[in-house]
Amino acid sequence: MSDVTSGDTPAPRTAIFVNVGERTNVTGSAKFKKLILAGDFEAALDVARQQVENGAQIIDINMDEAMLDSEAAMVKFLNLIAAEPDISRVPVMIDSSKWSVIEAGLKCVQGKPIVNSISMKEGVDAFIAQAKKVRRYGAAVVVMAFDEKGQADTEERKVEICTKSYKILTEQVGFPPEDIIFDPNIFAIATGIEEHNNYGIDFINATRRIKATLPHCHISGGVSNVSFSFRGNEQVREAMHSVFLYHAIKAGMDMGIVNAGQLAVYEDIPTELRDAAEDVILNRRPDATDRMLEIAEKYKAGAGAAKVADLTWRNADVNKRLAHALVNGITDYIDADTEEARAAAEARGGRPLEVIEGPLMDGMNIVGDLFGAGKMFLPQVVKSARVMKKSVAYLIPFIEEEKARNAALGIVDASKNNGKILMATVKGDVHDIGKNIVGVVLQCNNYEVVDMGVMVSCAKILETAREVKADIIGLSGLITPSLDEMAYVAREMEREGFKIPLLIGGATTSKVHTAVKIAPGYSQSTIYVPDASRAVGVAGQLMSATNRDAYAADIKAEYAKMREAHARQQQGKKRQSVAAARDNRVKIDWKAHTPEKPLTMGLTVFEDYDLAELTRTIDWTPFFQTWELAGVYPAILDDAVVGKTARNLYNDAQAMLQRLVGEKWLTARAVIGFWPANAVGDDIEIYTDASRTKVLTTIHELRQQMVRDNTRANMCLADFIAPKDSGVADYIGGFAVTAGIGIEKKVAEFERDHDDYNSILVKALADRLAEAFAERMHQRVRKEFWGYAGDEKLSNVELIAEKYRGIRPAPGYPACPDHTEKALLWKLLDADINAGITLTDSFAMWPAAAVSGFYFAHPAVEYFGVGKIERDQVEDYARRKNMTVSEVERWLASSLNYDPGSAA
Amino acid sequence: MASPASDFPGRAQRITALKDALEKRVLVLDGAMGTMIQRHKLDEAGYRGARFTSHPKDVKGNNDLLILSQPKIILDIHRAYLDAGADIIETNTFSSTSIAQADYGMEALVYELNYEGAKLARQACDEYTAKTPNKPRFVAGSIGPTNRTASISPDVNDPGYRNVTFDELRKAFREQVEALVAGGADLLLAETIIDTLNAKACLFAIDEFLDESGIRLPVMISGTITDQSGRILSGQTAEAFWNSLRHVKPLSIGLNCALGAAQLRPYVAELSRVADVMVSAYPNAGLPNAFGEYDEEPHTTAQHVGGWAKDGLVNIVGGCCGTTPDHIRAICESVVGVKPRKPPQQPTAMRLSGLEPFQLAS
Repeated sequence: MSDVTSGDTPAPRTAIFVNVGERTNVTGSAKFKKLILAGDFEAALDVARQQVENGAQIIDINMDEAMLDSEAAMVKFLNLIAAEPDISRVPVMIDSSKWSVIEAGLKCVQGKPIVNSISMKEGVDAFIAQAKKVRRYGAAVVVMAFDEKGQADTEERKVEICTKSYKILTEQVGFPPEDIIFDPNIFAIATGIEEHNNYGIDFINATRRIKATLPHCHISGGVSNVSFSFRGNEQVREAMHSVFLYHAIKAGMDMGIVNAGQLAVYEDIPTELRDAAEDVILNRRPDATDRMLEIAEKYKAGAGAAKVADLTWRNADVNKRLAHALVNGITDYIDADTEEARAAAEARGGRPLEVIEGPLMDGMNIVGDLFGAGKMFLPQVVKSARVMKKSVAYLIPFIEEEKARNAALGIVDASKNNGKILMATVKGDVHDIGKNIVGVVLQCNNYEVVDMGVMVSCAKILETAREVKADIIGLSGLITPSLDEMAYVAREMEREGFKIPLLIGGATTSKVHTAVKIAPGYSQSTIYVPDASRAVGVAGQLMSATNRDAYAADIKAEYAKMREAHARQQQGKKRQSVAAARDNRVKIDWKAHTPEKPLTMGLTVFEDYDLAELTRTIDWTPFFQTWELAGVYPAILDDAVVGKTARNLYNDAQAMLQRLVGEKWLTARAVIGFWPANAVGDDIEIYTDASRTKVLTTIHELRQQMVRDNTRANMCLADFIAPKDSGVADYIGGFAVTAGIGIEKKVAEFERDHDDYNSILVKALADRLAEAFAERMHQRVRKEFWGYAGDEKLSNVELIAEKYRGIRPAPGYPACPDHTEKALLWKLLDADINAGITLTDSFAMWPAAAVSGFYFAHPAVEYFGVGKIERDQVEDYARRKNMTVSEVERWLASSLNYDPGSAA
Repeated sequence: MASPASDFPGRAQRITALKDALEKRVLVLDGAMGTMIQRHKLDEAGYRGARFTSHPKDVKGNNDLLILSQPKIILDIHRAYLDAGADIIETNTFSSTSIAQADYGMEALVYELNYEGAKLARQACDEYTAKTPNKPRFVAGSIGPTNRTASISPDVNDPGYRNVTFDELRKAFREQVEALVAGGADLLLAETIIDTLNAKACLFAIDEFLDESGIRLPVMISGTITDQSGRILSGQTAEAFWNSLRHVKPLSIGLNCALGAAQLRPYVAELSRVADVMVSAYPNAGLPNAFGEYDEEPHTTAQHVGGWAKDGLVNIVGGCCGTTPDHIRAICESVVGVKPRKPPQQPTAMRLSGLEPFQLAS
């Protein structure tokens, strides 16, 4: 039985911010108030439903209105919500200034709600009595910084009242601190009254102190108060809200009632306005209010103008509007505009397809041109594609209807596009982010893309290619065994007499590999495509009747040259015999270092690791690479060329991360294990127990065979585990982590909504979380579970730079390039069951957002690449693994220093 | 406020023994009461016994009434389960609230039913504890959900309507709880929860009573996942259900009824993953066959339940509808020597719920 544990370090403060929906609040929404007063609860429910659909994670319900029996209205509305699973899936915040209304509400909800609010304004006794009840009803609570003397206005008063409340709640009432949310009062600033000037910074500073001194509590507030004196000047108010939140969230505010629609993007606020807002909120200069008033006038006028300017594009004709929506990725009006264009086409006797071939393609051509010219970047293009897909989805029923009509009349439909491209991730591989991006970009350029998904067998690919009459086949894959599968598909295409071009892409593919291993198997064009931005160019050349032949001939010639160069290079790369390489092993003095025994032997399972903890250690640079944005995080956010795109993408990613964690879209699971182990030659024996008499599993390592001068060793991972005959007790660890449990559901939701952007985004984030998980787990292994580096203290940057002792190489990667060893790791960890990760035929992990490997802890161990190996080692390895030489050659195809086809 | 000294004799020691036992092994609850009562094929007169011959309403089917009208039958069923090896015996008081007894016009008997029901179970357990002092037996006061729901409307045309309120439930549960505790229950078991709001009213009443009386005794909570949707009848997922009730710091959280062991496992696993307290589970003997009977063999049930224990998912197991002393005997054998689940520590976070869980890290 495994020892079931879970992430047990209390998560420190996070930047995750919960926005509480406020539209079901009669004091905050005039519309809702009108509906409730009119008794139109049906429509009031719609308001709640919309809020949840729009992503509210908690909905605030407030019925405090003089004309209303607030208690009855609260009860009725909550009872009605209970019958609407679309609404009641999220927690509610029962909001009233009257305790009787709150208590009536608490008696109606089966979930765990938040009470908003209680305070010491009527004295400590009433506060304690109410807090006890809240606790007994099982709710979290918002506590206002309010006592008998009044509402706390200064930093000192806010801190003092919150601290006193906290002590009473935790010490006298037994209230869990994590269920306490303080509202230290956001007051209007820049009112012209000098005492008010410091209210913003008072809140922010108080927040920082409260979070630092009162463990586990949360901070909330009603943000719109801050800008109350600028009523009617929306642009200024939005700027103030945004600037206020920017600073308050940094200080630790993690919940708020904010109208998300009334929030400017911090980075997009005009500098002058942002500075002025910052001056008043942070009370940075005595004349801040005057200056703000001065500017405000300008923005007041400007705001009106800006709004009109913003929407001027709505006044253009429908074709221009469609183009604008596509280029700017705006989906808000797309159905209406598409309908208008369709109706116009119909009125002049045209067809629905003309909308696609006309204005939509024109718009996408602009997108394609801007992308090609480097003036738009991938994330924006994918957003444009989302607009395109939504528009096409709108038109499809009309097109189908027309097709059916025409079919009845015997008319054959000839659609016009640039060509049909069939795409697939090959058998045994599950990675598809890159393929999906290429698919989107091709669709944007008017190619019809038939996407077959992941793990598609060769037979299925070829069958479908014939069926749909594909013009081009594109194959993708990320792990090394996929290279071999691609070569196989190429040979099968040849055998079956295909005449269409084959495109090769994916992270481990390369031009050399394509030229040397894949192209020779297929007599037609076989072309390597390095990234999405090149895909359109390549496809365009291949589909062009005039350029095609010349282009194909050029590529063929180029690849032939590469093959020759490669062959020459190979001859130059001499290897030494495996026996000689072994003599030049890494020599470790096993007397000098006693391997530390892991503190937690055997398996440890993590059933549901805290995602919030992982979000803090994400390495963002590869995330931007996924989207073909080059640069190092965080500098990339300020990059002169891609900075704006990167920032928008980063903001979208952060917003999604917040929901992903808060709503638990994904579950992170892991299993780690440690065992006694000793090296025997280049193998590592793993034992069942400390007696080291019974071998649990033997894993097999490969050794570098390049010719070395005598300063450097021919390394092999087995060198870093004490040899059996040394008598030294050594250990090895293994792990498998994933952050992708549950992702299919989310991806399917996005795809149903034609939303490639978010579908790709969620996959990219899951990948990042899995990597962060592996890194975090390795850290905890060093400090807690193996425990050889208990005092290690490294920053996130140092961690990413791997400045620590020990490595976690993964089977299939340079230090141990044989993917089949993963099967042994799986047997050791029982990772199917313990972490929910399965292996495909090619040893890819499913879910794809997963990382696995072995832990090595010797102080001298480092990452290295085995490089190319010779036939003698392959034959020896095959004997050790009890496999045939040709099987080993197939799995290690990209590591061979010889052509397995040629004689020894 | 009454002092803890007024507490039932020996209870404090038994509660300590119960907690100790849970550290060392997987404990076993008893099996179905109704299934065993059915074997007696009692008619209306049988249910009435000597005392209720002139009661104005039919009482056949009021199983709880047998505590008063046929105490020997109930006592013998308790003994049969103890003989099979059960550690914890549930009182026969599943429907002993004024709300549920209203159907039979027996609201006035509620205190007596619970008090005497606890005494019968106490008597049986004490007999067996005396025989095997190293294996103490415990009485769990059974509290059913009542036959009304506080968050579901009985009228499809009026979704806002309710036929019972939180306060009505709270009062009814309070009456039941006081009598169970006075009769000698060692712990309370709110079971077969089909509406979390009913359970919140029950736990509110318990908390209030314990606070006022100064008595300390553990509470077990057991919900019912009604079908393969994985939700309880009122719509919550298992984790949301736990988030709604964890504030009472129960001894255990778990699931029972509606499903057989084979179907129940994933939801037990889900609770086991999220709950930082003991986990209980007592399934039905499979799903009912075409005749509405439970026919899963004891060894089949035990194989599943034993598997949960071996996989570290549970601390307390047992049987619900259709299970018999043979099932409990087989289950006892299947958990002998199994290391009990160690509740996982969870990171500190604000855990809320609607129908689904929500969490904000601290």
